Amino acid sequence: MAPVKVFGSARSTNVARVLVCLEEVGAEYEVVNIDFQAKEHKSPEHLARNPFGQIPAFQDGDVVLFESRAISKFILRKYKSAEADLLREGDLEEAAMVDVWTEVEAHQYNPALSPVVYECLVYPATRGVPTNQKVVDESLEKLSKVLDVYEARLSKHTYLAGDFVSFADLNHFPFTFYFMATPHALLFDSYPHVKAWWERLMARPSMKKLGASMAAAAGIKA
Amino acid sequence: MEAPVKVFGPLLSPNVTRVILCLEEVGVEYEIVNVDFNTGEHKSPQHLQRNPFGQLPAFQDGELMLFESRAISRHVLRKYKTSEVNLLREDNTSEAALVDVWLDVEAHQYDPAIAPIIYQLILVPMSGGTPDQKLIDESLEKMKKVLDVYEAQLSKHKYLAGDFVSLADLSHLPYTVHFMATPFASVLDSYPSVKAWVHDLLSRPAVQRVISQFPRY
Repeated sequence: MAPVKVFGSARSTNVARVLVCLEEVGAEYEVVNIDFQAKEHKSPEHLARNPFGQIPAFQDGDVVLFESRAISKFILRKYKSAEADLLREGDLEEAAMVDVWTEVEAHQYNPALSPVVYECLVYPATRGVPTNQKVVDESLEKLSKVLDVYEARLSKHTYLAGDFVSFADLNHFPFTFYFMATPHALLFDSYPHVKAWWERLMARPSMKKLGASMAAAAGIKA
Repeated sequence: MEAPVKVFGPLLSPNVTRVILCLEEVGVEYEIVNVDFNTGEHKSPQHLQRNPFGQLPAFQDGELMLFESRAISRHVLRKYKTSEVNLLREDNTSEAALVDVWLDVEAHQYDPAIAPIIYQLILVPMSGGTPDQKLIDESLEKMKKVLDVYEAQLSKHKYLAGDFVSLADLSHLPYTVHFMATPFASVLDSYPSVKAWVHDLLSRPAVQRVISQFPRY
């Protein structure tokens, strides 16, 4: 079977979201870089894969997809095994909890945490601009309130959807990984259950492997 | 007989509407329990037990308590699916993937463009404020770029995920219904496939049952 293709840079957070799922199910894949500098993301070839001109895009045989969470779910469904059942669609309640905490990552956690990653790491590197401290401070305040909820949840369960790891947890990997390379990583020390959960995730082979290559590509110590 | 499911939050709140539309499509009995935003009831200890972020909606089905409207919607459509009403297509990996794609497009592309327009034109005046015209204009420009993509997709397929209606289509309705009641509804005249798709969705019996309860602006 031909390896599936993921279009975009392996260190991009939304590409990494897809890659961690591919690693978890053990599917063979190929990363095809998309050159932003050369505006390749707006080329007709790429727009045919992702009409919004963004990354990632994905191809598995005849199936062409975009939107990283949709791609990830396709992978986790198609390549599901007894060892890797990360959506739990065989159980209504478990599947619902996976969906809830997947939405929480998208609508609560990421909007609070990602501006810190952009201001501290991405913009200084890509735009040569200094960190906007006001944005960082406001985001950290929002993130603290979100982490209050996560701390309560993770003191009752080992993982977000219950006592089993799932897609909900995996979704947090890319942006949190980069957050831990900013000076604000210490925020997690105030949330012992959240910190322990993060360390459990980072001990997974998929995240150790991807983390190492993301750190190397971004030139950060992680 | 099982107790009706409960939806916590007012019908008119777009994220609550999303869930109600799904319940109407599958024909499941439900009860709407109001949560009074104006008195801060959404931040009460009782409501925080249902939704720890203090937002609307929350949902109860027997012992199961859920929040986040798209997660609730998925649960409803999965559990109460029938041979006639299969709006997630989880029995077909490729179809389910396309539903997921366009549901994410709704959340990440469409909503960020349309929501500020609804907020400025409808909610801001309700609390005695003046709409921010600059924000409305910027949002309309963003929305048109998004509609370019939708027009291309909907001229190839009857619905977003293919030639079958799905949650991806229905999820657009809460904000779109409000948008159609604003003077900017005529923006859709330049997007004939999108306009036809909106009217097709609005004519669904389940959708009519819900929006007939909306006040006319």
